[in-house]
Amino acid sequence: MKESPEQPIRILIAKAGLDGHDRGARVIARALRDAGMEVIYTGLHQTPEMIVQSAIQEDVQCIGLSILSGAHMVLFPEVLELLKASKADDIVVFGGGIIPRDDVVALKDMGVKEIFLPGTSTKEVIAWVKENIVFPK
Amino acid sequence: MAGKKKLTSTKRSKTYKEWKKSYDEGARERRERYESISFRPQVEALDKALCEQSGYDAELGYPGEYPFTRGIHPSMYRGRLWTMRQFAGFGTPEDTNKRFKYLLSHGQTGLSTAFDMPSLMGYDADHARSKGEVGREGVSISTIEDFEILFDDIDLSAVTVSMTINCTATVAMAMYFALAKRRGTSFEKLGGTIQNDMLKEYIAQKEWICPPEPAVKLNCDIIEYCASHAQRFNPVSISGYHIREAGATAVQELAFTIADGIAYVEHCLERGMEIDSFAPRLSFFFDVHNDFFEEVAKFRAARRIWAKLMRERFYAKSEKSMMLRTHAQTAGVSLTAQQPMNNVARVALQALAAVLGGVQSLHTNSMDETLALPTEEAVKVALRTQQIIAEETGVTNTVDPLGGSYYVEKLTSDIEEEAMKYIHKIDELGGMLRAVELGFPQKEIAEAAYQFQLRVDEGDYKIVGINAYSDDAEQEIPTLSIDHELEKRQRERVIAFKEQRNPAAWQAALETLKKACKEGKNVMPFLIDAVDKGVTLGEVSDIYREVFGVYQDPGLL
Repeated sequence: MKESPEQPIRILIAKAGLDGHDRGARVIARALRDAGMEVIYTGLHQTPEMIVQSAIQEDVQCIGLSILSGAHMVLFPEVLELLKASKADDIVVFGGGIIPRDDVVALKDMGVKEIFLPGTSTKEVIAWVKENIVFPK
Repeated sequence: MAGKKKLTSTKRSKTYKEWKKSYDEGARERRERYESISFRPQVEALDKALCEQSGYDAELGYPGEYPFTRGIHPSMYRGRLWTMRQFAGFGTPEDTNKRFKYLLSHGQTGLSTAFDMPSLMGYDADHARSKGEVGREGVSISTIEDFEILFDDIDLSAVTVSMTINCTATVAMAMYFALAKRRGTSFEKLGGTIQNDMLKEYIAQKEWICPPEPAVKLNCDIIEYCASHAQRFNPVSISGYHIREAGATAVQELAFTIADGIAYVEHCLERGMEIDSFAPRLSFFFDVHNDFFEEVAKFRAARRIWAKLMRERFYAKSEKSMMLRTHAQTAGVSLTAQQPMNNVARVALQALAAVLGGVQSLHTNSMDETLALPTEEAVKVALRTQQIIAEETGVTNTVDPLGGSYYVEKLTSDIEEEAMKYIHKIDELGGMLRAVELGFPQKEIAEAAYQFQLRVDEGDYKIVGINAYSDDAEQEIPTLSIDHELEKRQRERVIAFKEQRNPAAWQAALETLKKACKEGKNVMPFLIDAVDKGVTLGEVSDIYREVFGVYQDPGLL
């Protein structure tokens, strides 16, 4: 894995399920890229399998998953389980979307590192990623 | 070719006196007198002195007259209020049927159906890709039986029904017709609107099955079928709403929507349809965002652009073809999850802009929609907001009250001009279908969305509760939670339905439909028969996938 702090963070921004709301995902992807990270955007309508496969292939440290369709309680756990099964659970998973507060708590308990709700600025997300992606020494 | 065709001369009053005469002769009015709340006597639909003062010109026109800047009816809301149409749908068909009846009992005047993601993307509730999505963003529909339950105890000839569905619009439309047939209701009596606008899907909303060309073909199958079988039904709602919500500016929203409309018109003309046989039933759907006067001007500019295009580009003869009739919805994207009760104020102001812009029907968003689907209570406040504007504010007593305002007239003209520049650009690219394939509108919108976010992040645009006047005290409001068990019940119901249908009749209808698709026929008559024989939404979509191909997101950033 990467060692130098100069090495840019590689991050996968993913849209899961049938949801077509991609405004947030694309704005975040672009903001992270403008902040110097290497961003891969999956495009829409990905299955959890496709997302985990892309994350491994692209050797990312982090997956940002955007869900506004209400299917978050099914899709997040599937991504987490598939990462674990592929021994890739060192990849940090965070998310964003229309997600009720009770579900945010449940998702964090399952291992989603952070959930960003509507109204979050791109600066907050950038700062969070920089703080939470630690390259193994 | 253009040289041979003649422009229709439209009725245009030269003076206020002339307009008033025809108004007094024919315009519909709901009341005998229109007084202010403080008993000031008779408010006029239009004021003579003001009309003469403002240097009335042909660009503006009088209400109900070409180019319809001031509204499509001479008396506007004095004649008839807009239709209050709250979009509703969640869970099982039973859940949504109950919500429909609740809304009707509270004075709503039209129904509007939201479908869930599997229904919108062409998967039955029992499909693997439907997992976790059944009934969550709208009502789950797979079969004709679901439609029967959805409209149980609702007289289809007594209500107008709007259906927000696109790549599977043909299926929903066919199920609605098949249901009417089973109940013995003539198609001619059915009123309503089906969204059926695929171009804006590729541009903004991103729900699709097939590539753009066959998708537009299917859209036009509905337009063609309704033109000859269900003339009260609006077979398309050319939508700017999703374009705006995806981040477009007001001008982009207007321009791309009109350009989509042009593409459908051209496709129908290529089929040999007569412009005035279908254009009067083309309807529109716009967003209403926060910038009050810009929004009012956008609706006025939209009517003027469409009227001119229909007359000068497509040589429509009927004035009805030139009238842009529109539904509007307040901007979901403008609502905040923080201090959610503030959203009631946002929605009220946006709704007022829509009314002053002269819309024909309106949905007001509920305060809790950034958190979840709305609760019954939140929907009621949103509906009441419209009723307060209609009954208490007095804005419905007169027609286009902002007409003649220097600011609003200038904005209207500027927005028209800027939108026309985009429309010309799209014409140069070869039309909207080609522009979509090139990713042109998609990229323009993504850029505008990003620039807007930067403005918010920098504090150049203030949003109360986000980057201004934020509050640590969390405002908790109740939200709707959807029963996780319902997915299982819907799945089991679809499986049972498939087991119970007549296999021979089902198989035959399926094959006939596939053949019609391959031969490029209008699918509608075949579909109405197929869904009646038990063919499901997912099975029709599989035929579309096989015959027309599957579209993949280009994943543009």
